[in-house]
Amino acid sequence: MSKPLKYVALLAYLVFLGFPLLWLLSTSFKTQREMATLHPRWIPHHPTLSNFTDAFSTQDLTGSALRSLVVALSVAVITVVLALPAAYALARHRSLLNRVAIGWVLVSQVFPVMLIIIPLFMILRRLDLVNTLPGLILVHVTFTLPFALWMLQGYVRGVPRELEEAAAVDGAGRLRTLVRVIAPLLTPGVIATLLFAFISSWNEFFFALVILKDPDKATLPLTLVKFTGAEQAARLGPLAAASVLATIPSLIFFAVIQRRLRSGLTAGAVKG
Amino acid sequence: MTAVQAAVRGRAARGRGADRGVSFLLLPALIPVLIFSVGPLLYGIYLSFTDARGGRNAVVSFVGLKNFGEVLTDGDFWSSFKIGLIWAVSVTVLQFAAALGLALLLNSDLRLRGLARALAMAPWAMPPIVIGLMWRLVYHPNAGILNATLRDAHVIGHNVDWLNNFGTALPAIIVVGVWTGMPQTTVVLLAGLQGVASELHEAAAVDGAGVWRRFWSITLPQLRPVIIAITSLDFVWNINQFAMVYALTQGGPGGRTRLPMLFAYEEAFRYGFFGYAAALGVAITIVVLVVLGLYLWRQMRENA
Repeated sequence: MSKPLKYVALLAYLVFLGFPLLWLLSTSFKTQREMATLHPRWIPHHPTLSNFTDAFSTQDLTGSALRSLVVALSVAVITVVLALPAAYALARHRSLLNRVAIGWVLVSQVFPVMLIIIPLFMILRRLDLVNTLPGLILVHVTFTLPFALWMLQGYVRGVPRELEEAAAVDGAGRLRTLVRVIAPLLTPGVIATLLFAFISSWNEFFFALVILKDPDKATLPLTLVKFTGAEQAARLGPLAAASVLATIPSLIFFAVIQRRLRSGLTAGAVKG
Repeated sequence: MTAVQAAVRGRAARGRGADRGVSFLLLPALIPVLIFSVGPLLYGIYLSFTDARGGRNAVVSFVGLKNFGEVLTDGDFWSSFKIGLIWAVSVTVLQFAAALGLALLLNSDLRLRGLARALAMAPWAMPPIVIGLMWRLVYHPNAGILNATLRDAHVIGHNVDWLNNFGTALPAIIVVGVWTGMPQTTVVLLAGLQGVASELHEAAAVDGAGVWRRFWSITLPQLRPVIIAITSLDFVWNINQFAMVYALTQGGPGGRTRLPMLFAYEEAFRYGFFGYAAALGVAITIVVLVVLGLYLWRQMRENA
């Protein structure tokens, strides 16, 4: 294929991938009057920030954003704390369990969550965790763990075993080796896994929909969907503004770790 | 265990003395997965043979294959399932074609590559709900950019309500599905492309093979395992899609975009038929496994 043709193709991709994002941004700066009356156009007629303030005042956006933050941070920390020792054990001791764990990561992709959510809902109800944030955190941790484990054990394998042996020869105890030698080398992997768990939880909708019935408990995705309830043209501005705001945290995180996450995924893939 | 066996095992696995230590390390991760994932999975399969209802103190009794008999004759489910298959197959195929094209472009030295790479990542970072809402704005009959652009280009004479039209709703959400799944597929294919040995390409070029010839005879066969893996995963992810479609159409108009997951969700949590919804879950799993099995089997056989 000739070079100009390639550029045309690349441009087409850029347009397809980029235009919905630009339209979302453009809509979030439009006045209610412009939405209701004017022929839609890319540049807002009288750009305004009122949609963003509206979004915060009319719906309980601040509250649900805070709840989402609490849930996602808890999920990230708990997932890594639980997964790190297991990842270390799996990476250093090749065993049957190792293969079973990796197999479960794959199998859990195939089974529809529908099959799991009903019994899970019944269990949570018995534990009085339905309609609570701890209940949602519990479920998110359970479903983030397998993949986090897989990511982390890839990183552990990246740390040469010889380093540990060398430290042992130098007289360092097992714990000391872990803290002084292994932990620093694992930091990038741990950060990537934390962020992966955070984003998965922040974005998650289905479990939240089933578990959190009370509007006072709603996380951000649940509150956002409520905006579609009354979809007159006038409500579209705040809807767009809220969507933009909801994307910002994960977009920032993603920009920071993009390269790391990618290498983490492939590290796990190659060495798994 | 006899001493000899123990000794053999001890020698076979280096550091088996740490065996107990290892299981202690594994337990914290294993227990929640067993209790809240493996357990419910088995319990869910059991529920599919019962008449469990949503109520708190409902009595559950075993009804054998009754639920499955009802699944087989449930016309609403089968039309939902047909929609699900059309959706999953079209999105997977289109996603693959689009992502392969993009990956090939990103793999050659073009300007703007960085921008395209970053943009291709965007859907990955966005909450699925936001993706759905964003495309609602694009498709909006009066305030959406799609109608405005098509009208300016005189392709359509009047505004089309894309998401509420029986004929256009499913194609409209398929486009969104393709957009959403581009990142994973592109990244995986790109990684695969970078693993294709350049010596083969050079040798073929010396032998006079053109660009297309080299693509068909070298790149594609080398990519094959990667392609099979990612299309299989995409298919499973797509058929289990929920949030994005919920935000776009909630299954409407008239059930035209009611994917199996939405159907089962309504049976379980709107009408409270837990047992029946579990049976739907089992049925969906079986069909997915069969489709996947056939696909993988065919690919393996062609490969051998």
